[in-house]
Amino acid sequence: MPATFTRNQVEIERKDPGIGGKPPYDRRPTGGGGDGENWDNQPSGRHGPRELLIRYRLGVLFALAGDLMFFVALVSAFFVRQSSGHFDVHDNFTNDWLPLAVPPILWLNTAVLLLSGLTMEVARRQLFHEIDVMEEWLGLGRPAVKRAAPWLMATLVLGLMFLGGQWIAWEQLVREGYSFISPNPSSHFFYLITGIHGLHLVFGIFALMGALVGMFTLKRVELRQVAVDSVAWYWHTMGVFWIFLFVLLVFFQ
Amino acid sequence: MPAAYSLLEAARVAWMPADGALHGPIVDRLMFWNLVALCVPAVVAHVWLVFAMLRRRPAAGVFPAAIRWGLLAAFCVMYTWMALTAQRLWAENRFAGPSLSAMQVEVVGEQFQWYFRYPGPDAVFGTIRPQLVNAAAGNPLGIDPRDAHGDDDIVSSTLVLPAGREVDLQLRSLDVIHGFFIPGMRLKQNTVPGLVLHIHFTPVVVGTYPILCSQVCGLGHARMQARLLVVSPADFQAWLANRERARAGEQGQ
Amino acid sequence: MKRIFARIFTTNHRTLGIFYLYLALAAVAVGTMLSLLMRFHRVWPDAVIPFFGIMKPEDYLALVTMHGTLMIFFVLTTAPQSGFANLVLPEQIGARGMAFPRINAAAFWLTVVAFLVLISAAHISSGGAPISGWTNYPPLSALPGAGPGQGLGMDLWLVSIGIFCIAAWLSAVNMLATILGERRAGMTWTRLPMTVWAWLVASILTLLAFAVLLAAVVLLFSDRHFGSSFFIPMGDMIDGRVVGHGDGSPLLWLHLFWFFGHPEVYIAVLPGMGLATSLFANFTRRRVAGYRMMAGMLVAIGLLGLAVWGHHMFVSGMNPYAGTAFAMITMAIAVPSTVEVIGWLATLWGGGLRLQAPMLFALGFLSFFIVGGLTGPLLAEPALDAYLHNTFFVVAHFHLIMAMAGVFSVFAGIYYWFPLMTGRLMNETLGKLHFWVSLITAYGTFLPMHFAGLAGEPRHYDRLAGPVTSFPSLIPVERAITYSALLLAAAQFIFLWNVFASARRGRIAEANPWQATTLEWADAEGPMRIERGPYEYELPSSGKGFHPQWESATKEE
Repeated sequence: MPATFTRNQVEIERKDPGIGGKPPYDRRPTGGGGDGENWDNQPSGRHGPRELLIRYRLGVLFALAGDLMFFVALVSAFFVRQSSGHFDVHDNFTNDWLPLAVPPILWLNTAVLLLSGLTMEVARRQLFHEIDVMEEWLGLGRPAVKRAAPWLMATLVLGLMFLGGQWIAWEQLVREGYSFISPNPSSHFFYLITGIHGLHLVFGIFALMGALVGMFTLKRVELRQVAVDSVAWYWHTMGVFWIFLFVLLVFFQ
Repeated sequence: MPAAYSLLEAARVAWMPADGALHGPIVDRLMFWNLVALCVPAVVAHVWLVFAMLRRRPAAGVFPAAIRWGLLAAFCVMYTWMALTAQRLWAENRFAGPSLSAMQVEVVGEQFQWYFRYPGPDAVFGTIRPQLVNAAAGNPLGIDPRDAHGDDDIVSSTLVLPAGREVDLQLRSLDVIHGFFIPGMRLKQNTVPGLVLHIHFTPVVVGTYPILCSQVCGLGHARMQARLLVVSPADFQAWLANRERARAGEQGQ
Repeated sequence: MKRIFARIFTTNHRTLGIFYLYLALAAVAVGTMLSLLMRFHRVWPDAVIPFFGIMKPEDYLALVTMHGTLMIFFVLTTAPQSGFANLVLPEQIGARGMAFPRINAAAFWLTVVAFLVLISAAHISSGGAPISGWTNYPPLSALPGAGPGQGLGMDLWLVSIGIFCIAAWLSAVNMLATILGERRAGMTWTRLPMTVWAWLVASILTLLAFAVLLAAVVLLFSDRHFGSSFFIPMGDMIDGRVVGHGDGSPLLWLHLFWFFGHPEVYIAVLPGMGLATSLFANFTRRRVAGYRMMAGMLVAIGLLGLAVWGHHMFVSGMNPYAGTAFAMITMAIAVPSTVEVIGWLATLWGGGLRLQAPMLFALGFLSFFIVGGLTGPLLAEPALDAYLHNTFFVVAHFHLIMAMAGVFSVFAGIYYWFPLMTGRLMNETLGKLHFWVSLITAYGTFLPMHFAGLAGEPRHYDRLAGPVTSFPSLIPVERAITYSALLLAAAQFIFLWNVFASARRGRIAEANPWQATTLEWADAEGPMRIERGPYEYELPSSGKGFHPQWESATKEE
């Protein structure tokens, strides 16, 4: 069985509930180190193992908050554009919005992206697996990385499949006559929304590749955790954004 | 108090142009009292600042909270009064439409000229098509010759209105956003291409009032001016009859 | 070579703060020169200006556009926020550095790139810089044929601002992560200096507002080059040709732009408000009365500031009921601002002010804030704004509250933190001279504009003499304003001389020369845990009269 699926002998012996299960009361992790866990009276940079992680999580959170506002602006433009029209010569209010039927492959792409979110989360949790992290920290090999790497690769492959599927969707639209530089506003929005989301996903692919490389080259275990954790939250957010955007394109035209 | 009022009234008259609209005096009164209400705290605050700067020996104790809250309450009352009085005027002017007997005039802004269109004896505006706009051929607004209603439309570059009659202006723009501004009527409304916007007012005082463009529209923005001539109803009938005769003559040819 | 590279692309936040201030200095120098050209032209429209020639109407409008863009983006969004925060924020919260030093540096260099692209807009294309004002309403900004400079010049403006948005986003992410995650133990929310609160709220606004501006810029770029019609309505004409083929909405740009534009002005002024509170406490030797209230009001202003954008659009064609809603919320925002001002005035009431240069400029900030701010509620009423919109009354309002107050807060910060930057003090006499001349000439420049606006003089007019009206009564006013503006600009040479001469030969400053309490003045690392509030000043009846934040609480009592 590949390392990613095997359980550590120690885990079985001490009845470790595994990923997702609550540890027994007497073994709740406290952050280690005696002195009553008094992390505070330390200079900056010595605030414990989660200091770096929290900093990067905060950074990713705020970056994504700004990104969210960007998408909110585009979506509001979408709604305004749908409903704006003009009075024609007979004083009828008409608008030029022709709802675009999304290519069916988009449903498959959505499923692929959701699946990639699943694999990403598994990879992320593997890297926080307490027993393995402790071994890595002690320098005894990289069991957490070995567990997480295949899931990360799976996410990468699924992400590339999603992007490929989006590209196919674009080609289908162009074949039907709806290119970006056509006067049809709903096709403009389709390309804009899927394109900008796709661009974000391309950044995500590069980040995934960086995290994969980093898992094997970064020397400190917490840096590896930070790398994968940051990419994971970014990836999840892009997945959630996609669900909203997809629902918008399919049901709100 | 009355002396101060007249002094400031003189200042006001020196700075705001004479108003000729029915709602003009109300706007002017509101403006005057708003300015007074704002100048007083500004002066008091600066006296306070100067006093504080000159006070060499520091006084003990904190500024009494009761007075702070009292000041805040007074300001809140002032702000509420300002908001409500102005809101009443706004609602009067903008929430309700014009009366049914209001005269209809269309205002069209174009880089860098104002046009005014009267519907003629049939009281209906002819339809307009942008493709037909051709100022050189005498059709600056693109009135469709196929529409019979447009045959008697009068296009003028001066806005002539009879005193005492409510007029409903229909504002359009051919190219970019312009700002239709008649200082003497205390009237301003942007003209937005793609939209037909309505404002109504009643000119009361006979005279000539400048019409300015208040939204930057290109290199001729400062020159995009026209005249509003408010004339007696008899003079207006004469002018209108004159123009209708001329228009009928044109159509006849 | 590698060392020069490392020194230029440093990640040290202090150095980056000074770099930001240099960038703002370059931008304000260019922006001021542009405004002087504008003022000169308004009084002597037919003069031949050396190195410029005769100013055509489009030249004037290009000056207006570039002046606004440079000042708002590259002076008022950089110096008070990124400039000073990079200088002192980590120290003020007891952190070792910024959370993401490299992202911080990247944000600065992207801002520099944006600045260079913007400057190139005026020089590269034959059409020159855009002429649609810093607000660039479409279709004027969406159609290259609508005017000179609306071609490549407009594209470069869009690219520049797009890059600036990304830089602002990165900078805000860094600052928020730093303020939320890097505070030293014991630096609780109620022990933060007011400057940090201000930077916190301004960073949140930056994050939210610039993302929307970026979206608007992308959509406008698409309209200009990809045949879309987000903003260009059906049947729109330019130069006699119908170019509008889709049902775009120019009002959509107004909504998106002002959703950014209003928070932007709070981003410009909030850091100054935080600094004013700090300086008033420092130079009156008093605690900040109602600290929680003051901090809460900064947050309230920030939050409400996201909801009032429609007050720029009362006469834009927006639904009048929406106008009422925006008017009410805008009037509401007057309340926290009034609370802040009353708080400041209450702090100052006791007298005994140390009237040194930083304090004078903080007082000047307060003066401009009051005078400029009080015309806000007037403009917030749609019935009155229907007369005053886009007249010089509005110009007076925002120059007083944003330009002068904002710039005075930057001056206050530079005079105040000069010892941290150079180890020396700026010359006090020159500082006082700079203050008084600037204050008086600034009022001389902008107060008369209120009257010009009441007379109905619209903005963006390159000359008063028009076909129908010439505003003859305003010519002497315009002349007075121009003379005042020239003096105001000249006074800044006092400041520049003071800065650069004092950096070399100024009086050496002792540690903590202003006897401040905030952590940036600590000369050593300080305790591991902060136990004191930010403004523990007491009247000089007890010892040295103040407890810096780097002292432990057990020392006294």
